[in-house]
Amino acid sequence: MKHKKYQKLLINVIIAVLIYALVMMAIQFGWIGRQFLSMIVPVCTNVMLAVSLCLIVGFLGELTLGHAAFMSVGAYSGALVTLNVPLPSWLALALGLVIGGVTAALAGVIIGVPVLRLRGDYLAIVTLGFGEIIKSIFNTLGITGGAGGLSGIPMLTTYRNFTLVFILMLIVIVVVANLVNSRQGRAICAIRDNYIAAEAAGIKISKYKVMAFVISAFFAGVAGVIYAHNISILKPGNFDYNQSIEFLVMVVLGGMGSIRGSIIAAVILTLLPEVLRGVADYRMLVYSIVLIAMMLFNNSALKAKLVARKNMRKSTEVSKEA
Amino acid sequence: MALLEVRNLGISFGGLRAVDSLDMSIEKGQLYGLIGPNGAGKTTVFNLLTGVYRPTEGIIRLDGENIVGKKTVEINKAGIARTFQNIRLFKNMTVLDNVKAGLHNHYKYNLLTGILRLPAYRRVEKAMDEHAMELLGVFGLDGEAKNMAANLPYGKQRKLEIARALATDPKLLLLDEPAAGMNPNETEELMETIRFVREKFEMTILLIEHDMKLVSGICEALTVLNFGTVLAQGNTSEVLGDPKVVKAYLGE
Repeated sequence: MKHKKYQKLLINVIIAVLIYALVMMAIQFGWIGRQFLSMIVPVCTNVMLAVSLCLIVGFLGELTLGHAAFMSVGAYSGALVTLNVPLPSWLALALGLVIGGVTAALAGVIIGVPVLRLRGDYLAIVTLGFGEIIKSIFNTLGITGGAGGLSGIPMLTTYRNFTLVFILMLIVIVVVANLVNSRQGRAICAIRDNYIAAEAAGIKISKYKVMAFVISAFFAGVAGVIYAHNISILKPGNFDYNQSIEFLVMVVLGGMGSIRGSIIAAVILTLLPEVLRGVADYRMLVYSIVLIAMMLFNNSALKAKLVARKNMRKSTEVSKEA
Repeated sequence: MALLEVRNLGISFGGLRAVDSLDMSIEKGQLYGLIGPNGAGKTTVFNLLTGVYRPTEGIIRLDGENIVGKKTVEINKAGIARTFQNIRLFKNMTVLDNVKAGLHNHYKYNLLTGILRLPAYRRVEKAMDEHAMELLGVFGLDGEAKNMAANLPYGKQRKLEIARALATDPKLLLLDEPAAGMNPNETEELMETIRFVREKFEMTILLIEHDMKLVSGICEALTVLNFGTVLAQGNTSEVLGDPKVVKAYLGE
């Protein structure tokens, strides 16, 4: 049993190191073109966003359409720090990352209040509204440059600093994975599966719901800061509900409640539009179709059969071990 | 002093009087039955006891302490655990994790300890695993620990629900129709399990049941509800022989 656990950990470490080495070499030796070089950091930020959203959608089991709003709060506040604080650029970035995460987490607390009262589609609508409000605020505030946007943000997290971005991404993944497998994560999953039974078993629902939202928002904020220092210009329009839906698609495609799935889906869905530039106009259409197909598959007899077969295999393995 | 004491308990939903002036007292270690025809208000009583509903009037004392107005979570901490008529498991979690979720308030470490996997994390999780496996063993579920709860057969799901309730270390265990949907053999086995739980954990149990064989087989005292009011109360054999009770169940 224990042996298997370490084996899994080892495999994950090896995969992470291999990916890092591969990307580093690609950058060093110029294996990939400019177009794809510029995709490296967005892939990482989208992985962070998908994994953090997975905590809410996959593990807490609540639907939210406002993840881009958390990202924008982090992006703007982080960028304002590096633009205005007279510190050496790396210190300013570190401060920006922390402040971006914390302000986004505060936004998570604010959205946490309706979260305690609403569920399912009602919550989805509230978070959608929340996202639009945040967007409007950035559109009108003077300090964020209004509709014209915030420009001149120092480019501190481009592909040249891949190591930093990669490490931050790994931290997000490891934290979420560890959280899910802890006492707190078990409470979060219990609420997803049956909140009435969770309450009767002595689990404080309000506490863990807000906890999930705050942690998720924090990491979305951190991802936002990296995003801001990669593209150097922020516009409120970049963070509309289409963006939130894109993150949601990543989590749903990844199999809801699977961190690995969310990562893979985030990578593919970020790179795909670049590969398929010719049909870029149809991207949203394809997403919609894929979403519908996923939902149909999730309720289909085919999936039930596959799951049953997998369980059968597992139980025979267990009985063999015993 | 009785472990659970209910005085003049009542609740109205609009014009409907779901439970009316209920008095009931359960001694420590007793196996107590709450029976009555469909819609008599039995599950409503459970929901009142566990704080899902707030009574319109009356007092509920657990070990001398009034628990009216407390939230479900606090009442669980005070010592009442329950199962549900329609099984409510954490279906997408493993059997082991279901029980560990029940242990939530008894083994603690903070968020950071879990995220950083500090030594306390491993220590507490290990203790939790051992405790949970012991409980599963009592119900013969230790072989299923790594399976998803949703994949258990019906009878085992009922048992897992009881195991999870016991994990919260209650003083009083409420079972809502534990034999529902079971065949005579499974019911027989369940009766054994309930008896065993009472002996092993020195548990006080209040159960709702329709299966008269189970009720007369294991309950020591009964309260019969009909239309929210007490129809009869007392010793099992006396109550079941009461003409009023026979009439309410079987008609004239």
